[in-house]
Amino acid sequence: MPLNIRTYHELTEPDRSGLPSQITAQRRRVAARLGGVGRVVAVMSGKGGVGKSFATAGLGQALARAGRTAGVLDADFNGPTIPALLHIPVARCTVHDDAIEPALSPEGVRCFSMALLLQDGRPLGFRGPEAESHVWRETLEAATLREFLADVAWGTLDRLLVDLPPGIQRFQELVDLLPAPPAVLTVTIPTAESRDAVRRAMQFARERGAELLGVVENMVEGPFTGDAGEALAREFAIPLVARVPFNPDLRVWDQLAQRMMSSS
Amino acid sequence: MKFLCVECDRQMLFEERQLPGDGTLAAAFRCPQCGRAVGLLTNPMETQLVASLGVKIGGTTIEPQPLETVRGMVTTGRDDAFEDGTGETGKGKCPPPAWSLEAQERLARVPNFVRGMVKKIYADYARERGIGEITPAVMDSARSELGLEGM
Repeated sequence: MPLNIRTYHELTEPDRSGLPSQITAQRRRVAARLGGVGRVVAVMSGKGGVGKSFATAGLGQALARAGRTAGVLDADFNGPTIPALLHIPVARCTVHDDAIEPALSPEGVRCFSMALLLQDGRPLGFRGPEAESHVWRETLEAATLREFLADVAWGTLDRLLVDLPPGIQRFQELVDLLPAPPAVLTVTIPTAESRDAVRRAMQFARERGAELLGVVENMVEGPFTGDAGEALAREFAIPLVARVPFNPDLRVWDQLAQRMMSSS
Repeated sequence: MKFLCVECDRQMLFEERQLPGDGTLAAAFRCPQCGRAVGLLTNPMETQLVASLGVKIGGTTIEPQPLETVRGMVTTGRDDAFEDGTGETGKGKCPPPAWSLEAQERLARVPNFVRGMVKKIYADYARERGIGEITPAVMDSARSELGLEGM
């Protein structure tokens, strides 16, 4: 005779663990923290080494120069570079009951990054069983992104720029965590190889409901040949918002900031 | 997750959580009718996955601490990464609890990267329960009751 087993929902006493409600509370905390942020902009590319962090930092500084409030969340936990690009020295992070103060660049860009927390030269290491660590490591990095969003006192910002690592995984985590998909600024270099990789990432973002704000073509007028910026802009019917040469002057970033603020 | 006492056809109720060692998380449930208790034991990988999600089996009563998962799980953090700001002494008007020598020694073994947060969690736990002195036994109770698997 089979045992009389019930379904989860047939048992009506509360589930004290309430894991779904704990997850919901985490999401609510993210939404509450970002309540003062005008727009979250993910800076992404399907390709590594195209200058996402460089462009993110340049844009953040330009927004601040224009009198806008900007924050940069460095979501590249394994290769964080934003504090260095923003000329932020590594110093102690101040912890309050409810949140951690972001670091400030000389222009006033608020920033948080794993680079502010890690020992010099050490990779990001997590406590846990070493065998099969790939099973839980990505989950921990997603939790890190959640805490960087929810537990840093971002305050009132016109734009929160999220500097993503190469690929699409961290973007997916961001979409899962935010109340609505972020806007996306894409960075590419001129080559056909970069175009093909970046196209996949842009398609991925669009399929998840993200608005594509524009394409930044970086490292133009240098050794790389091609028209990836224009081609991607045409294909996705979005503007090519900046063509950034090697050693750009500030005007390039100032014009990009102006365009970013004119988008809703 | 819920547990059913099949013989009584009653939902078993969460009773307590323990961290018996070896990366095991134990959660005990008891049938309100026949009194039978069962223990859910997670292996280290399962414990790690739960901690990685930032959730607590059995729930928790304390507010999340800023960067709780990061500070609890990162092993390569700088010793001087954090400093306490205003408001770190906790909520309410009760005076902060004292720390026994043994508890202070145990706290000193916690890496600096996470020590400030751990100290605050224990202090809040003691304050909420009217405990005047934090001892290793109080720390053990707090760890299991609050679900500090990741710390």
